[in-house]
Amino acid sequence: MKRFLYELEESWKIAAAQMRSNMTRSTLTALGVIIGIVAVTLMGTAISGISIGFDNSMSVLGDDVLYVTQWPWKPVDDWWNYRDRKKIETDYAEKINRIIASTPNSNLIVAVPTSSLMRSVKSGGNEVDGVFTLGTTSDFTVTSTIDCKEGRFFNEIESREGAQVVVVGYDVADALFPSASAIDKTVLINGQNFKVIGVNARQGTFLGLFSWDSMVAIPLTAFNKYFSSKSASDARLGAASTESDVRVKVKDKKKLAEAKDELTGIMRRVRGLSPEKKDDFSINEQQAFKSTLDPVKNTIAIAGLFITGLSLFVGAIGIMNITFVSVKERTKEIGTRKALGARRRTILLQFLIESTALCLLGGFIGLAFAYLLCFGIGKAFPSFPIQFSFGLVIASMFVSVLTGLVSGFAPAWTASRLDPVTALRYE
Amino acid sequence: MFCDANLSLVDNSSLTTRPPGAVVIDIENITKEYVMGEEVVRALRGVTLQIRRNEYLAVMGPSGSGKSTLMNMLGCLDTPSSGRYEFNGRNVKEMDDDELAAIRNREIGFVFQTFNLLPRANALRNVELPLIYAGMDPDTRGQRAEQALIDVGLGDRIHHKPNELSGGQRQRVAIARALVNNPSIILADEPTGNLDSKTGDEIMALLEDLYLRGNTIILVTHERDIAAHARRTIHLRDGVIEADQVGFGGTDISSMDHRLEPDATMTT
Repeated sequence: MKRFLYELEESWKIAAAQMRSNMTRSTLTALGVIIGIVAVTLMGTAISGISIGFDNSMSVLGDDVLYVTQWPWKPVDDWWNYRDRKKIETDYAEKINRIIASTPNSNLIVAVPTSSLMRSVKSGGNEVDGVFTLGTTSDFTVTSTIDCKEGRFFNEIESREGAQVVVVGYDVADALFPSASAIDKTVLINGQNFKVIGVNARQGTFLGLFSWDSMVAIPLTAFNKYFSSKSASDARLGAASTESDVRVKVKDKKKLAEAKDELTGIMRRVRGLSPEKKDDFSINEQQAFKSTLDPVKNTIAIAGLFITGLSLFVGAIGIMNITFVSVKERTKEIGTRKALGARRRTILLQFLIESTALCLLGGFIGLAFAYLLCFGIGKAFPSFPIQFSFGLVIASMFVSVLTGLVSGFAPAWTASRLDPVTALRYE
Repeated sequence: MFCDANLSLVDNSSLTTRPPGAVVIDIENITKEYVMGEEVVRALRGVTLQIRRNEYLAVMGPSGSGKSTLMNMLGCLDTPSSGRYEFNGRNVKEMDDDELAAIRNREIGFVFQTFNLLPRANALRNVELPLIYAGMDPDTRGQRAEQALIDVGLGDRIHHKPNELSGGQRQRVAIARALVNNPSIILADEPTGNLDSKTGDEIMALLEDLYLRGNTIILVTHERDIAAHARRTIHLRDGVIEADQVGFGGTDISSMDHRLEPDATMTT
């Protein structure tokens, strides 16, 4: 072991001297690895960025909330079985809450109804189209983490009375009131006036997944009063009709399965289903959604890493090539070293270290570039979640070393196997 | 012309020959065959030779005589096809690559015609090389290498790179490198082949000095006046030893006296 470290140190010195004396060549060769590492590292940050953006979007759903919906949150083959199910009504929430209240040790806390529509929102000369307009109750804050930058969410009284108040998402507020605070301003939603009482903090959007930034929320009572009756005309205009569901907060997210069973029972009571009948509703949780989208995410990750990995592979071929050249033009030197007592292992190690050192150098420079690029991208596109992690640094260094070892092995092996007599005679 | 230059260095006092010691190299009936294309080349056809400690031996022969092949055998760079080869009592023929490397490292000091210094390493680093391969710690290594360079008269050139040294100085570095591990033999292959005659004489004087200080030297050459420095000469022809003589073959030793002042060789 000690002997090995000794040889390692000596080989390292030789490699460093070799790189210094062939500066141009080393730089050009390292460039291949630099590009490879930049590509792989950027792809790595993009993938972890996608993952984080995804989780951010998912967190809107909450990991301790169950969703009662007509359709399940997964692709279904037998869609006709779901199409004719009864719609979920918002007043189920009240019934569910009553049952929860009368159940001792219930795993559920509260049910919140939501209805949604796409609406345009106006204020003065500004207009935002296709805003996800949500009607709900004040209990919504229990099921979703709503972070108000300014103002507040509507309270129980406003909720019950159907006050014409609205909480707007960051992007909506920004579009309607670019230079001033949106609070206490009036916006027009479908021709109705609503007073802005809260603006959400920026959440960040990603890949068009759920984000609070482009939503507005109004009391459900008001929603039903002004919008629901117009669903027929909406259908004619091609807009989606009202979608309603009930979300139920769970006490302990570790007991999600029990909670789900309990909620299923409650829903069957609400719907008045006889025991032999199948459920005519779906209960979903964030996890189900994740398990549908995770394969997509993983496919993107694998394909991305594979393609960028190709550029690193090209870099590795460059290293292999240059190490072969190096072995060839130093054949006589290898002969001399062997005559002086260098063993096969010593020669092998020398060239392996040379190629690894080149790759590691390329890796360091590539990483520095990637860091700067990430920084630049982060500045230029703030909405793109980019993540430059310590783990990524370690991983790319590891990949660099591995590339050096793999690409250097064939030439180094050739060198170590050279016959000293032939090598010494080589001109 | 060549001869004159050589002889001008020689004084008339008698050549000092050290008494030979134990057998270092014991070769019996070795052969070496190569396959070149479809032809089998028999480079050595049964060579028997013993070399003792404190000998100064010249191996002569025209090209194609098997001289280089024999040198590769003696230097443990290659193993014979058949026959027996013992180096300090150890059977070389059975050794694998790494064992041969160890023998070369500890027992043999190579001096090449083309010097074979590492161009990017300074003199000290070049001389350190065999010690590195022997696994010596850096401090001892540096001291040993420096001393070897002082011994060959290059104490003031330690940190020079080969391209900053003259041909003679380069060969001195190579000799220092050959000496630094205290090998059993020094194997010099045409050591003056790339040098002008004056520098060549200086190198020969240095080898003479090393011999007188107790080193065993094997000189491979095709030049008669270089071989004349040795105390024993073998002539190879067609892969066999044609003649094995004390002194230089065909020349009266008394007229070829070569004793040089060791101090004088250091200052040239």
